[in-house]
Amino acid sequence: MTEQAPRNKPSATGGTGIVADERVRPISPLRRALIRPELGAICGTILVFVFFFAIARNSGMFAPEGVMNWGVVAAQFAVIAVGACLLMIAGEFDLSVGSMIGFSGIIIALLSVTWQYPVWFAILVAFAIALAIGALNGYLVIRTGLPSFIVTLAFLYILRGLTIFISISTTRQTIIGGVREVAAGDPLAWLFGGKVLGWLFVWLADIGLIGKFVAGPRAGQPVVDGIPILIVWALVLVAFGHILLTRTRFGNWIFASGGDAQAARYVGVPVDRVKILMFMFSAFCATVFATCQVMEFGSAAADRGLLKEFEAIISVVIGGALLTGGYGSVIGAALGALIFGVVQQGLFFAGVESSLFRVFLGAILLMAVILNTYIRRMITGER
Amino acid sequence: MTNPLIELVDIEKHFGPVIALNGVSISVLPGECHCLLGDNGAGKSTFIKTMSGVHKPTRGRILVEGREVAFASPRDAMQAGIATVYQDLAMIPLMSVTRNFWMGREPIRKIGPLRFFDFQKANAVTMEEMRKMGINLREPDQAVGTLSGGERQTVAIARAVYFGAKVLILDEPTSALGVRQTANVLSTIARVRAKGIGVVFITHNVRHALAVGDRFTVLNRGRTLGTALRGEVKPEELQDMMAGGQELAELEGSLGGTV
Ligand SMILES: Nc1ncnc2c1ncn2[C@@H]1O[C@H](COP(=O)(O)OP(=O)(O)O)[C@@H](O)[C@H]1O
Ligand SMILES: [Mg+2]
Repeated sequence: MTEQAPRNKPSATGGTGIVADERVRPISPLRRALIRPELGAICGTILVFVFFFAIARNSGMFAPEGVMNWGVVAAQFAVIAVGACLLMIAGEFDLSVGSMIGFSGIIIALLSVTWQYPVWFAILVAFAIALAIGALNGYLVIRTGLPSFIVTLAFLYILRGLTIFISISTTRQTIIGGVREVAAGDPLAWLFGGKVLGWLFVWLADIGLIGKFVAGPRAGQPVVDGIPILIVWALVLVAFGHILLTRTRFGNWIFASGGDAQAARYVGVPVDRVKILMFMFSAFCATVFATCQVMEFGSAAADRGLLKEFEAIISVVIGGALLTGGYGSVIGAALGALIFGVVQQGLFFAGVESSLFRVFLGAILLMAVILNTYIRRMITGER
Repeated sequence: MTNPLIELVDIEKHFGPVIALNGVSISVLPGECHCLLGDNGAGKSTFIKTMSGVHKPTRGRILVEGREVAFASPRDAMQAGIATVYQDLAMIPLMSVTRNFWMGREPIRKIGPLRFFDFQKANAVTMEEMRKMGINLREPDQAVGTLSGGERQTVAIARAVYFGAKVLILDEPTSALGVRQTANVLSTIARVRAKGIGVVFITHNVRHALAVGDRFTVLNRGRTLGTALRGEVKPEELQDMMAGGQELAELEGSLGGTV
């Protein structure tokens, strides 16, 4: 991009007195297609896949079971990353996501197993409480004017402590099991556990595209028996978040609230409402994660979700969002989550020491952020 | 004589012990450019924030087209046709020109029960309005941060005009600009005035004021020193009033009349 195309065509300068700016360089379509907030995450994704294809091709990582394995992990990250992404673009953080995961899980198990309420009721109560806590987070941030970093850090401790206390004081242990049994046949629980499209995989196995178990109790069944519902949740939340952010009025308000809250207020954007709703959405995503996890494991534990808030924020930042708000992409955050999932499980497939996971992740984080900063400067003209 | 679009009478504004405004009156006529001059700290920003609903006056009356009003918020003032381009809060640099232009008033396109931001309309109108103001955008999704300071002011002005401002308040739109960009903003002001919009142009630069102003009100330490008509006042007199007369006369002597 060094050519300085002449742009002083007569049509542009004549008549109205408008002078085409000779200092605006034309931009090639390729460059336009490439220069987008997600570019860093796209490059990272390609890099990670190439890397693991090179070192772990024969480990089964790219066989159907392997794909499901890291797909589920990536979906877990994606679910919470969507909430963290929209909230970060709106200019705020939620450090209480991990504690919220533990808290919501214990609420569900406590209500359904220990106190024997129907599972659907337990799930609804957990969501209601989570949304209320999300709203409280947002309300406190707005009313006190404190950084959300501090307010939600307080809730990181408060919720974790409450979770352990509630669990121990009611059941005298920090793990509550037996959820799978009470969830059988529940009208709502299926939405968070189990798999979909099982018939498709039976068919795929029948035509020989995927393997079947040859021995054991499941002999004759396909090795992959469906898509875990968590992956469906991730896809739905990513699509929802992306459309909300880029295609709606509310999305514009999210950008504006994070970009410059005062300027947004002056033109009538309901900044407080936007921020509080995004805190609630973050709590919603955490509870989706928690409910799916409880259904999958059949139990809840008070220490679940540890450090998840950071993993969500890292995914979002790899995805190109600006830590200070006003800029970012849900698709980017989803790719960040994918990178996270592939690296975590891939090193396991490759038989590499798992402590290297952190080294690798740190390196990717650094590279993606450097690239993102560079791209963002090009797009937004920041200096 | 035409009636004023907005009239502020004896406005006082106190911030605790600080008396920022101590009896300021101006009126704005349709199609005029009313310059509000004053040194730093004279109370210019405070005064126009009172006019645009950010501050409530401690004392004094605001009349819009003859009727007394009390703005509870900037939103109220906007609805009454009073649009303000603030000194540094005009635009959000990370967002595109279109997103900025429509911020808070996004056009909606319905698909079934769903409501989407109508980017097609938004982009087309933005490009057109910017073209009318003499700026050819490369593309409507260009970030505002890539525009020059003068272009940013112009986006903000175009936005206010498009959304039906009757009174347009510009807080020091030229103070951070170079010569060329200043000229662009001044010609934009002339263009807006020609539409019958009343412009309140705040500046501490007498030359900028004289280039486009019809009437001139000077603020000094929270008070108005009167309003002068174009042609009735010399640049040196305005300069003098801004600085409070005496001191500047002395200064000017020592600088050889270059201020
Ligand atoms: N929110 C506020 N609180 C206290 N004092 C203020 C506030 N806003 C302005 N002032 C004071 O009022 C005076 C006028 O300020 P301002 O209107 O910003 O001046 P100008 O825009 O003419 O430079 C200054 O002395 C300033 O310190
Ligand atoms: Mg000022």
